[in-house]
Amino acid sequence: MGEVVARAAIYRRLVGARVRAEFQYRVSFAATVVSQCAATVLDMVAIVVLFTHVPVLAGWTLPEALFLYATSAVCFGLSDVLVGPAGKVNWFIKFGWFDRVLIRPLGTLGQLACDEFALRRIGKLIQPLVVLAIALATVPVDWTPLRVAAVPVLIASGTALFGGLWVLAGSASFWTLESQEVAHTFTYGGSYLTQYPLDVVSGWLRRVVVVVPLAFVNYLPAAWLLGKPEFVGVGRWAPVLSPLVAGCVVALAGLSWRTGVRHYRSTGS
Amino acid sequence: MFQRFSTYRGATVAGAVIGTTFGFLRAYVLVAVYRHHETIGSFDAVDAVTFTFVSQGFLPTIGIWGRLELSDRIRSGDVATDLYRPLHFQSYWLAQDLGRFAFEGLARGMVPVAAGALAFSLRFPTGRGTWALFAIALVLAEVVSFGLRYLVALIGFWVLDNRGFVQFGGFLTQFFGGVIVPVSFFPAGLEGACRLLPFQAVVQLPVEVFLGRQGAGALALQAVWAAALLVAGNALAARAMHKVVVQGG
Repeated sequence: MGEVVARAAIYRRLVGARVRAEFQYRVSFAATVVSQCAATVLDMVAIVVLFTHVPVLAGWTLPEALFLYATSAVCFGLSDVLVGPAGKVNWFIKFGWFDRVLIRPLGTLGQLACDEFALRRIGKLIQPLVVLAIALATVPVDWTPLRVAAVPVLIASGTALFGGLWVLAGSASFWTLESQEVAHTFTYGGSYLTQYPLDVVSGWLRRVVVVVPLAFVNYLPAAWLLGKPEFVGVGRWAPVLSPLVAGCVVALAGLSWRTGVRHYRSTGS
Repeated sequence: MFQRFSTYRGATVAGAVIGTTFGFLRAYVLVAVYRHHETIGSFDAVDAVTFTFVSQGFLPTIGIWGRLELSDRIRSGDVATDLYRPLHFQSYWLAQDLGRFAFEGLARGMVPVAAGALAFSLRFPTGRGTWALFAIALVLAEVVSFGLRYLVALIGFWVLDNRGFVQFGGFLTQFFGGVIVPVSFFPAGLEGACRLLPFQAVVQLPVEVFLGRQGAGALALQAVWAAALLVAGNALAARAMHKVVVQGG
């Protein structure tokens, strides 16, 4: 227990140092927060623009679609703040900085997360949280205690799922440094796709979103919450299934990260 | 410069994969909208899907997300070396960017379009004239995009860490250029605003040329924007030179 507290203190100091460093460039910090905030606003405006042409998109109304958008953006933003730096491990490997990480007596992933911690990423969270509040207030849901409880579970498991994807994507860099761009297809592509009702996709992509497993981030729990038919056919098990799938993805991500670290050969120099 | 970028083939393949995937994602969303309509803002479903794949194909090439290396060189102080090269500063960076464009344009752009054509029906230009116009429109789009990114990179002379501005520029180009949703889908007022901004010259106009919706007029508009942005960039660079403080030592 004492050790855990001591470690938490170290992590807190590392993060604190990063935050102070960020504040050295105040204009840049403000510009990045504003730009990330604007980006999320523009993502939402795009959805609203589509709804100016149609009353329902693939069976989902605007408030329902905004609920999907907001949950996706909140989960993605949170996971980005927490473990987004794992995606930068390719730079650490390329420049040999990963050696530095290895010689310190702390977990590698934790160090990366602290070392590259960026408070400015909260810019991505502000607007989605507001939209989430509005969507929760406007979607036609009979709020039983179970359904109320399902919302934080959705956010937690969605965040864990995206976080697992970040780490999986990052650990690919231990084998090939050029994998990052492809890995971003899953992270950023996943972020984009989960903002929309997955009913829009058909054919092979439907199977991909179930296997990858983006459908579990927010689509399935939201479909259950809003009483929508979903194409996976898990029905009322959706809210339980998402945390389970998230747990599996996180376990897999941890395993692949560890294997990656063991596989690591320094670039030398 | 062409050689420099052709050495990173892995990244090019990755770009093609991403462009294709996003092409599919966006196409599916638009197709869902067309379940209710024949046409939206003069685009039918085939136009919209073609728009998606062509823009996804050529977007990375035009490099709206690409951060000019200039930004990093301002930050690190390496820009000092560039400043005493016996070359016009802006032309030097434009040449670099055109080299990147020449390689990526050929290799990357085709893949998403070809993949899209396998899964959806796309509308290709019928005459050689349209292809020629499209080729010119792409080059002009690249120059406009460079002009925008050069201006953003120069902000680095004032704020050092210009990442936020670079991102912001990318988002603006993406949205107002019609990447997320084609500009023709926007409500009249918003579309009108987009038509007055330079961003449409980067994505919307070239694809409209591809679809045969626009002709030489669009190219002229692009050329005007390209010239205006280059002049502005040059003027801003001149001002930056007067206050340049080189980092490091």
